[in-house]
Amino acid sequence: MADIAMIGDKDSVLLGRAAGLDVYFETDGARAGRLIDRLAREDTKVIFITEPVFEAAQETVAKYRSRPFPAIIPIPDGRGTTGAGQRLVRANVEKAIGADINF
Amino acid sequence: MAVSYKPTRMEMSRLKKRLVTASRGHKLMKDKRDETVRRFITFVRRNRELRARVETLMGEAMASFVIAKATMSTAAVEEALCFPAALAKVEVGSAKVLSVEVPQLTYIPSASRGLPYGMFGTSTELDAAVGRFSELMPLLIELAEVEKTCNLLADEIEKTRRRVNALEYVMIPQLQDAIHDISMKLDENERGNLTRLMKTKDMLKAKEEQAY
Repeated sequence: MADIAMIGDKDSVLLGRAAGLDVYFETDGARAGRLIDRLAREDTKVIFITEPVFEAAQETVAKYRSRPFPAIIPIPDGRGTTGAGQRLVRANVEKAIGADINF
Repeated sequence: MAVSYKPTRMEMSRLKKRLVTASRGHKLMKDKRDETVRRFITFVRRNRELRARVETLMGEAMASFVIAKATMSTAAVEEALCFPAALAKVEVGSAKVLSVEVPQLTYIPSASRGLPYGMFGTSTELDAAVGRFSELMPLLIELAEVEKTCNLLADEIEKTRRRVNALEYVMIPQLQDAIHDISMKLDENERGNLTRLMKTKDMLKAKEEQAY
């Protein structure tokens, strides 16, 4: 099994294949969730997922948050970033420190 | 304070021991929380930086991919990329940041050098897009590592903070109250006992005087 997987719409993740990633075309949240579960069982280490799909599959993503593997990382898709990744960073700060501070 | 204890010396010494443990635990937890937050801040700073960089570079790679797709037919692009390159690997280690196990990822690029498709029928723009994306990979893996570390540390900090607060505002005051209550009751018993003894002594004296 590949260590690195990539999930998203076809146009955005096709490039990943050339870099040797395991690429899945998926835009539906529920199906993406099941796919993540399967990849996690198969010992995938890192899953890159485009931001819209990342948000659609929130439920499953949350499940793997507190485990060391797999790391599920939102990346911008072909249409640019939606800010989901930055929001995630901010949510972490808020959780840890209690307020969103800029630094 | 809802918990009631038996007002005995035994119980009091037991509670005192627990108070000492709780206070020491509280101090340790507080230190742990402060240090985790300090580390977390350095990680989150890196995370922000990396994310910003990845997002701009990713945008550029995607843009060049769009151009590549414009120079070739969709079918040709898909054909070129449908056969995957040798899989890239990630070497996994684990490090400990204050007893939180965090992943450590080392990117090992796919074994095959160059492009996974032939020169024929593909444009140089596609080569450029693929090249850009491949260059981005180490950065992406680093982002994955740092972001996961941030997630795990944030969880740990939240847990530790709850423990510190529970000790500081619930456990320790409760124990102190209980010890105070018991010592008050014991003192009261002591005084009651003393008065009773004095009273008995007086009564005995009075009896003796009467007998003479």
